[in-house]
Amino acid sequence: MGVLAYAVAGWLVIVGALGMLRSRNLVQATVALSVAQSGTYVFLLAIGYQWSATAPVFSSGSPPTNQVVDPVVQAMALTDIVVSAMVTALLLALTIQIEKTHRTLDPDELQRLKG
Amino acid sequence: MNRRARLSVFGLGAAGLAVLFALALAGMPDFGTSDHPYRDLAVPAAVAHDTANVVSSVNFDQRALDTLGEEVILLSAVVGATALLRPTPHETQRPPAPGGRVLDGTILMAYLLLPLTTLIGLDVVVHGHLTPGGGFQGGVVLATALHLLYLAGRYESLARLRPLDWYVWVEGSSAASFAGIGLVGLGLGSGFLANVAPHGSFQNLLSAGTVPILNVVTGGAVAGGAVVLLAQFLNQALGTTPQAAQKSAG
Repeated sequence: MGVLAYAVAGWLVIVGALGMLRSRNLVQATVALSVAQSGTYVFLLAIGYQWSATAPVFSSGSPPTNQVVDPVVQAMALTDIVVSAMVTALLLALTIQIEKTHRTLDPDELQRLKG
Repeated sequence: MNRRARLSVFGLGAAGLAVLFALALAGMPDFGTSDHPYRDLAVPAAVAHDTANVVSSVNFDQRALDTLGEEVILLSAVVGATALLRPTPHETQRPPAPGGRVLDGTILMAYLLLPLTTLIGLDVVVHGHLTPGGGFQGGVVLATALHLLYLAGRYESLARLRPLDWYVWVEGSSAASFAGIGLVGLGLGSGFLANVAPHGSFQNLLSAGTVPILNVVTGGAVAGGAVVLLAQFLNQALGTTPQAAQKSAG
């Protein structure tokens, strides 16, 4: 069961990379990159998981205890998500400019136009 | 390199990665055990500073310097996207054309949800140190609230409700005040971004010292950044005409 969580993380990264490689459209490549990045979220959260532990947020009903899932990796996942959103925004902006100057979104076409 | 060759090179690389990943996993502690050394240090540190949400404590107290870096990433991404999306010499700005037909129900929902979403956003930001949430999440909710007006087909009222200059200033000054709050800690001799404010009492709104202050500042930076960023894309899609298209239209 635990191996499954790590396997999903690895599988997402590889499938995302494959998507970027096979893509014929830069928007699709950007989405594929997001898929690959979501593999890192799953990986981080899988590392911090503990069976039958609670969330690392102590409300009035739950007194502070050490038996919570790892908050450090959760904070890292948050950083990861912010960076991923910003990278997506920048790549989409670049895609718009590429479409304007080269009139295509196909990365292979771009290579040919360069010569 | 043709696509087939590229795929086979990728296949080799992916297989190598999978093997190395499996080997690394074999040497890792088991999944879901109680062996979490960082957790064992982070939770007492958060409770010592009266922060109920340990994730917020890690982000805005124990690792606040990293969050400052994150803010700078946000700021530079917004600046970069704005620079990339500015109109080129071959383009002309035009007032956005009024949108197509929007269902009355959609408009009603957007207007009902606008104040509600704004309130939820503020709530998520302000209670970031007590409940799941914080500046990043709440900031995105706040920016979403404004863009409900776009869904309602009211781009003009969105543009009116969104004096972009203000949001640029909110974004910039929030990121700067994050660093400023850090300097206060340095000035008091506790270190950059140290939690120097009074800690208050655990699980109260006024607790956790600088964590809620930094949450509010981050909420402003994220909301401002997201609004400015989306405005560039919306302006590109709705308010810009390439010259070629203009010629054919004329």
